[in-house]
Amino acid sequence: MPHLPDATDPSPLIHARGLTKRFGSFTAVDAIDFDVAPGESFGFLGPNGAGKTSAMRMIGCVSPVTSGTLRVLGHDPASHGPQIRARLGVVPQQDTLDNELTVRENLVIYGRYFGLSRAECGRRADELLDFAQLAERSGDQVEHMSGGMKRRLTIARSLINEPELMLLDEPTTGLDPQARHLLWDRLYRLKQRGVTLVLTTHYMDEAEQLCDRLVVMDKAKIVAEGSPRSLIERYSTREVTELRFAPGIGETLDGRLEGLAERIEHLPDRILLYADDGEAAAAAVHQRGLQPEAVLVRRSSLEDVFLRLTGRSLAD
Amino acid sequence: MASLAHPRTTFGRVFEHRFRQYRRTFRASLFSSFLLPVLFLTAMGLGLGAYVDDGTSEALGGVPYLVFLAPGLLAATAMQSAAFEATFPIMGGLVWNRTFHAMFATPISGRDVALGNLAWITVRLTLITTVFTIMIVLFGAASSPLISLAIPAAVLTGLAFAAPIAAFSATQRTVEKFNAVFRFGITPLFLFSGTFYPVDQLPLLLQPIAWLTPLYHGVALTRALSLGTITEQPILALVHLAVLLTFVGVGTVLAVRNISRRLVRG
Repeated sequence: MPHLPDATDPSPLIHARGLTKRFGSFTAVDAIDFDVAPGESFGFLGPNGAGKTSAMRMIGCVSPVTSGTLRVLGHDPASHGPQIRARLGVVPQQDTLDNELTVRENLVIYGRYFGLSRAECGRRADELLDFAQLAERSGDQVEHMSGGMKRRLTIARSLINEPELMLLDEPTTGLDPQARHLLWDRLYRLKQRGVTLVLTTHYMDEAEQLCDRLVVMDKAKIVAEGSPRSLIERYSTREVTELRFAPGIGETLDGRLEGLAERIEHLPDRILLYADDGEAAAAAVHQRGLQPEAVLVRRSSLEDVFLRLTGRSLAD
Repeated sequence: MASLAHPRTTFGRVFEHRFRQYRRTFRASLFSSFLLPVLFLTAMGLGLGAYVDDGTSEALGGVPYLVFLAPGLLAATAMQSAAFEATFPIMGGLVWNRTFHAMFATPISGRDVALGNLAWITVRLTLITTVFTIMIVLFGAASSPLISLAIPAAVLTGLAFAAPIAAFSATQRTVEKFNAVFRFGITPLFLFSGTFYPVDQLPLLLQPIAWLTPLYHGVALTRALSLGTITEQPILALVHLAVLLTFVGVGTVLAVRNISRRLVRG
């Protein structure tokens, strides 16, 4: 097992070395190393099947570690699972709300699972309903709520035990843009209060919005680690020029784009030119007599980092 | 790092969840708890019983058909309610609403989830069988004060089904096989385990099969208490009790194991 010094904090909230999860002969998480410091927002970025959820379930002390070291809040999940879980706030990928109960009852009963008194559960439930902007829906049955409201309720529910560490597995997957922004706003407020957030996502914008630091996962391994900005600086250029050509023309361009950018990626539907000055690259394309149907110059994103690291786009 | 006191959490929290769910529907549920015995005792006991009692019914031990039937129906009703409570709500918690997974993210363990649900089923069965027993007494179909002990006997009969069926439910991803449980398990047992007539009326070949099922022992024990004949054959009663307790014990161990495994698998 590699021994790495703890660079960030003497007592990280999560400490993983050689962390591995196998299901039979399938390796879902392959010897990953990472630390999460108190107050940090840490992300696992990667496509579906990269091992993010398996890692999260081990951290959440519901799935046993196959091999390697894992300490959560300083303790071993194998021996202190329930005690660690008492101090976590978990937002699972799939909603696990009770559709038969009301919005408020869902919060109260969840507090009861942590052994809080009924009075305390009621007090915290009312506070959290305000925080999640659900106070008006307090008495409604969960079944009739929108997806965005259910996610907000799930996040409110995960806060009922005043957790030291929150685990969010794809918190905004399947939500419309407006609901996502509302949710990000709530998570950002938690982050500002000093709550440590660990989240998985396959959305670049989500990772860039919420994470101080992230690891990029692909095929059960960590392929890169850093802040969103530093990853972009390291693995991409400042800007990207996207070119779309009429069908069939893209394949005939062999060599004609050469030298226009530091790096060129051919995707099925478009060509990406990685250059620090995107406008200049676009102008140079036209100077060579090429006529793309559409040209878009944009800032580099984590999507480009992922493409660079794995040769594949995240969306597939 | 703050010290880790062991959280004060038990299967009682899981029980409380089921209770909160039940509170929403309890009026309708309580009503049907009253209605069902009235319908059965009237139709089968009084209606059919009038014909049965016209003949010579020594096979029934010399009691009116209603008196013979009532404790059998009590045990069989406990079985049916238990089978229902151990299938769909378990599937709901593990697959549909995933509320058991929500519990498992807190200090609650798989063992708590299993035991909390079985505890809840015990209370439900107690409610149902108590109401049923009151109706039996009101119909004049109880011949011994020991009928009050028929309540725990019927509850135990229900649990002898609930625990192993809950263990089975925890291995399923769809309700497909639940139909088979009811069609090939619960319904035939209802008909062939001595509820409506003594098992020795069955073809010889079928009798030993009846003895292997918990309902046969549940019906026999419940009936012996209701008729007051238990004192005549106390050893036999202990055998019935032992069989039922074995089903409950083994079923509970399996339910805890299967539900825990399922929660870990995700």
